[in-house]
Amino acid sequence: MKPFSWIVTALALAVSVGAPAQQKSAADGIAEYRRMLEDGNPAELFEAKGEDLWKTARGPKKATLQRCDLGLGPGVVKGAWVQMPRWFADTQRVQDLESRLLTCMETLQGFDAAEIAKTGFDKGEQATLAALAAWISAESRGQKLALPQAHAEEKRFFELGKRAFFFRGGPMDFSCASCHGEAGKRIRLQDLPDLTKNPGDGIGFAAWPAYRVSSGEMWSMQRRLNDCYRQQRFPYPGFASDVTIALGVYMGVNAQGAKSIAPALKR
Amino acid sequence: MQRKHTLFALAALAAVATTGLVTGCASRPTPADLDAQALAMIKASFRDQGIAKVDRLNQDLGQAACSADKPPSDDVALRVEAEALASIRWPAGGQYIGDWREGEKLAQNGRGMTWTDSSAAPSANGAQCYNCHQIGKQEISFGTIGPSLYNYGKMRGVKDVADPDSAPIVQYTWGKLWNSKAYAACSNMPRFGHARLLDEQQLRHLMALLLDPKSPVNQ
Repeated sequence: MKPFSWIVTALALAVSVGAPAQQKSAADGIAEYRRMLEDGNPAELFEAKGEDLWKTARGPKKATLQRCDLGLGPGVVKGAWVQMPRWFADTQRVQDLESRLLTCMETLQGFDAAEIAKTGFDKGEQATLAALAAWISAESRGQKLALPQAHAEEKRFFELGKRAFFFRGGPMDFSCASCHGEAGKRIRLQDLPDLTKNPGDGIGFAAWPAYRVSSGEMWSMQRRLNDCYRQQRFPYPGFASDVTIALGVYMGVNAQGAKSIAPALKR
Repeated sequence: MQRKHTLFALAALAAVATTGLVTGCASRPTPADLDAQALAMIKASFRDQGIAKVDRLNQDLGQAACSADKPPSDDVALRVEAEALASIRWPAGGQYIGDWREGEKLAQNGRGMTWTDSSAAPSANGAQCYNCHQIGKQEISFGTIGPSLYNYGKMRGVKDVADPDSAPIVQYTWGKLWNSKAYAACSNMPRFGHARLLDEQQLRHLMALLLDPKSPVNQ
């Protein structure tokens, strides 16, 4: 039996119990399921692991990440997540959480960032990143998205992200906007947030990282975008590549003021 | 004299404007700069994976025209539609209609063309219909990006698909499935025939699902 397969059963039950003949959005079932679990989001296991990894001396330099600057100064974690992606002067780049963690793991701990970026999700140090992202985002739970847009590069990345969002390609002519450019739409029963504006508290950008019940995995925003592009029938986006960071800026700025519930629980 | 002064003033103004423009460029890229930068960023960010190669980022006229938050101008849209209409390949032997049961299976199937799929052949692909459309009444798990297709043929008065009166709607439906952009430049719908997502026989099955009076869609 797969770990957490009971959750899938519970979810199916939650959806079926309250869904007679009328059409019902998956969101109702998910909400019901969330209530059933109450304080039991499996993301908590990853949060605990992430906090531990942050404080443990690791890597060739046997150092912790406690001096990592996520934008609010070395070691400041609370509130950092809701202000990312942002401009970092030391790297001269706009970085999202995952690309910033790669920088810290390389400079502080001596890991090879390019090597980690090439590693498959959930393998090796990618599993570390997923746990760190879970904990770091949890430290901003309930806070409002407040991405800085003062730096010219932050503004430029918003514009690049907007263009990437509407970029049509692939054998099915899809762009991000094909599914997320209008409010009130669904794929099958799955509600689709309109990411061209603020979709509301805890929706869209304000819900990731999240624990994915259907796969039993912890997904960072990088992984969420990766699977969006897979379903868009695009080629493979590089981990922490500029297009993924620019999309983060675009979605995050659009959702400015929305309360983050990350790490959330997803179907 | 007065004219000379005016000329001088104009020249001075132009110089100021030019300087202003140059400074503006340095601090803030123009929309055209950003378009070029976004394209370069996209090209640099993706790599081949399995059947999903980076050439999927090479846009044709319609994809490029429909890649902004605003629709293209009317004449660009008309050009896209005209090209799409000319691309439609009509079915061999005028055979438009297959088996609605096979059509329903294809409509349910959302697989194909991702980097985790091993083959890009039409036989490996579903038609994805329920992802975006209501079709048969018995399937309640349907998407809403496209319009409802329930009673598609019935509502259009198709009582016999072979009747010459049905020909216009039969041909339109084939064209829409082959290349949706023939009728709406920026349609969200994939071009199933044109992009080789489905073959003729598969399209005939979908035609039957939508148009055959015996199909549950038209009950």
